[in-house]
Amino acid sequence: MGDILELASRYRDEGADELVFYDITASPDGRTVDRSWVNRVAEVLDIPFCVAGGIRSVADAEEILNFGAEKISVNTPALEDPDLIDRLVKRFGSQCVVIGIDSLEQSGNYQVYQYTGDVDRTEASRYRTLPWVREVQDRGAGEIVLNCMNRDGVRRGYDIVQLAKVRAVCDVPLIASGGAGEMPHFREVFEESQVDGALAASVFHSAAIPIPDLKIYLIAAGVRIRPPDDRRSH
Amino acid sequence: MSSDTVIIGCCGANLASLAFALRRLGCEAPISEDPERVRLASHVILPGVGAADDAMSRLALAGFGELVPTLTQPVLGICLGMQLLFTASDEDDAACLDIIAERVAALQKHPERPVPHMGWNQLEIGTDTPLLRNIANGDYAYFVHSFAAPVGGYTRATADYGVAFSAVVEQDNFFGTQFHPERSSTLGATLLSNFLKL
Repeated sequence: MGDILELASRYRDEGADELVFYDITASPDGRTVDRSWVNRVAEVLDIPFCVAGGIRSVADAEEILNFGAEKISVNTPALEDPDLIDRLVKRFGSQCVVIGIDSLEQSGNYQVYQYTGDVDRTEASRYRTLPWVREVQDRGAGEIVLNCMNRDGVRRGYDIVQLAKVRAVCDVPLIASGGAGEMPHFREVFEESQVDGALAASVFHSAAIPIPDLKIYLIAAGVRIRPPDDRRSH
Repeated sequence: MSSDTVIIGCCGANLASLAFALRRLGCEAPISEDPERVRLASHVILPGVGAADDAMSRLALAGFGELVPTLTQPVLGICLGMQLLFTASDEDDAACLDIIAERVAALQKHPERPVPHMGWNQLEIGTDTPLLRNIANGDYAYFVHSFAAPVGGYTRATADYGVAFSAVVEQDNFFGTQFHPERSSTLGATLLSNFLKL
């Protein structure tokens, strides 16, 4: 817990625009988990944050939102029960409901994968990526995080081509995930795929890319984003 | 801070983040659904999420419908709470608190501007207001909304989403922000701190 709070505070101070927490303690067997950590994160964060993982019902989402998260992100449970998206949107509004999609390119086709939180269970779902992107929007999803599995952890850049294809059918905010390794990758994905946000984990955790440097670089390149926060030092 | 700030609790979820934001400023603000408690407060905050008509019925049911327009201490409406200060909203044609004589309208969808408008956007500061002290033109705030108030004499800052809309409003002792100060980093903290000093 201390580690999460420390990291959350660090990213807050570095000027991150939003944080996503993947709750790996939310096990796939559906047993009750203690989510009070969300409340402690909300206590230190003054930027929006989203909680992903283990959200299978309106009640799960409600608990997380009441603890102070801005959004919840649903991945596999939405593939198992797409109507869950409609129920979440009806109860909390589109702006709270993010759909995470793990997409794998296989000889030019894009396939949605499920149970990606567990390597042994990861398998293709019955959905192709572009139809699924359309369906989740029709059901009211307010944002899509597209994780391009071919690029995940490779640090050779976002999947510009796939993201641009998804962008063309996505009218809600689209967040790129998977592949960030150096600063130009961020510039590329904003300029060429027209995404609304870029998500990264390892390059920020390791401080290989300091967020303030990245923001200064992107602003100089003409990408319109919130600059690093100079009030923090006062 | 010695002020006795109270959060009106009936129109929204996610009051935790607002209470935490105030606590970080040294202000322990109780969440109350008791009009008498709110009437006696030094500062009142009216947060809101969800739909306007639903929020108005919940306010009315708890006895706030008539009280809020008569308050004389500083009042801050946040997001939907700001929209409720207006006469009416196009959202389900809801009659609102009628403190500011204008109608809240829907944001128009555009291929490059999805609705809800969600994310960081820049403020353009107009008429001077103590609420925006130490906040600069072009600073970013965090917005989440599908409806917005047009620009008028009550507007103190605008933001642009295809069309300029009211981001900060002020009329007499009533203030409002369309964005979420509790999620707007140090800009939000500055604004809340300015409000508590009124």
